[in-house]
Amino acid sequence: MEWGLRGAAIPRQRALRLRLTSVIGFLALWSLASGAVVVFKLFNPIFLPGPWLVVGDIVELAGKGQLWTHLAATLYRVAIGFGAGALLALGLGLPAGHIRAVRNLLEPVVELLRPIPPLAMLPLFIVWVGIGEGSKIGFITYATFFPMFLTTVHAVGQVDPLLLRAAQSLGARPRQLFFRIILPAALPEILTGIRLGVALSFFVIVISEFIGAEHGLGYLINDGRNFFLVPQMLGAAVLLGLLGYVGNGLVRAIERRVTRWQHHDGAAA
Amino acid sequence: MKIRVQGVARSFRVEGREAPALLPIDLDVAAREVICLLGPSGCGKSTLLNIVAGFLQPTAGRVLVDDAPVTGPGADRGVVFQEYVLFPWLTVQGNVEFGLVLKGLAAGERRDIARRYLELVGLGPHAEKYPVQLSGGMKQRVAIARALANSPSIILMDEPFGALDAQTREVLQEELSRIQRVEHKTILFVTHSIREAVYLADRVVVLTKAPGRIKDVFAIKLPEVRDRFATEFTRYESEITRVVKEEVAQVHQ
Ligand SMILES: Nc1ncnc2c1ncn2[C@@H]1O[C@H](COP(=O)(O)OP(=O)(O)O)[C@@H](O)[C@H]1O
Ligand SMILES: [Mg+2]
Repeated sequence: MEWGLRGAAIPRQRALRLRLTSVIGFLALWSLASGAVVVFKLFNPIFLPGPWLVVGDIVELAGKGQLWTHLAATLYRVAIGFGAGALLALGLGLPAGHIRAVRNLLEPVVELLRPIPPLAMLPLFIVWVGIGEGSKIGFITYATFFPMFLTTVHAVGQVDPLLLRAAQSLGARPRQLFFRIILPAALPEILTGIRLGVALSFFVIVISEFIGAEHGLGYLINDGRNFFLVPQMLGAAVLLGLLGYVGNGLVRAIERRVTRWQHHDGAAA
Repeated sequence: MKIRVQGVARSFRVEGREAPALLPIDLDVAAREVICLLGPSGCGKSTLLNIVAGFLQPTAGRVLVDDAPVTGPGADRGVVFQEYVLFPWLTVQGNVEFGLVLKGLAAGERRDIARRYLELVGLGPHAEKYPVQLSGGMKQRVAIARALANSPSIILMDEPFGALDAQTREVLQEELSRIQRVEHKTILFVTHSIREAVYLADRVVVLTKAPGRIKDVFAIKLPEVRDRFATEFTRYESEITRVVKEEVAQVHQ
């Protein structure tokens, strides 16, 4: 798909080189800035450590075996919390998009809760479920539910009625219409919602790990703040960025697989 | 009679008022007959076709197919739409097999049937492509193969070639005529084109301007394989053109 993007198509190799240049350029600027702080004594250099210090810190944490505990804690919470959010959003969103009565039943409540910034609900979650895993996982589920539910409802609702007519004239009964037409037709948009949900999971986990956690990347950041361990703070942030990047890439890979039919080059000629 | 349209009328609620779209229609269609519906746009051709397909309920009258009243869409009435309406996530082959999958046919059997109809419409080599990779004419061929593979006794077509360029359109008319000589379906075919109607139809039904009712019916007594330049052909064409023009002229008054 090329529309909307200016410039001629570039070969894969060159595109990759350009992207790599951008990353290296960013790291170079960062190094220069932190170097300048040291050389010109601008401010206490512990506030802006260079990338090598951040990497060194990550390596050190990994060496002590702590990194895996923190990574695993965050990933576990995201996986369970997001998984439950996705199941709930699909389990309610698919029928709500398809059946008017279900939609009328669910939509008012969702519309009422949705404008509340999820973060405003975090202290409530802690009051209700306690400060342990339950509130952290539950909070991710709560926060990711809304965008995934709404895109699912919309995706199902906007399926071309002509597709349904065509299938009915080929003998499709209601069940078959749902599984063989509505689901595949809505899938691309549903996956967009899921990608939003993944991004949001990493967004909200950090904040719930600031509060009363003993493990997790969010905990590392907060702990770093208490003890002025800036490399640790930046290291955890970088890891969160990488996790989000990988998560996004995974969903994209699934998207590409299930929407092969949208791209000319995906199919055998 | 294969299809009996008995006093079928339809109105729509527009701005709180019932506006008639189709005045009572009576039409009997024999098995294997090809009927072309002609009329100014907005006169209710699609409405009538959709009622026979079972997509729409008539506000009066009823449609019988094989003496049973139509209550909804069904596999006995295949539909070909102007907009092609292929399932974009399925290959050409998958599209043609769709109805057979619903019927629970074994994979091998489905494959054979689909291949046969793809050959019939000249798309054998394109079975593995996806709809996005096809031209309009090819898409409509797939839609026709998909309808035929499901072996309905009736095929309903709503301006199926309306979106195609003139050349492709004539080629597809010829293909449909050839297919009909083999498949012997009962066909209800909506069109804007008088030439197309005379080329394909056993009878041409001309509707009045909106709200439509039957203005005239022409039995086309031409050989199965038709020549668009034969004097008989052009005589039908001008005769029907005259009748259609009366209606179109009134629309523009
Ligand atoms: N769903 C609908 N709601 C309101 N009016 C409709 C609807 N469908 C069709 N109509 C009206 O009915 C008339 C006949 O439409 P249609 O059958 O599509 O005409 P044709 O196919 O002959 O061009 C038109 O005036 C159209 O606006
Ligand atoms: Mg129409």
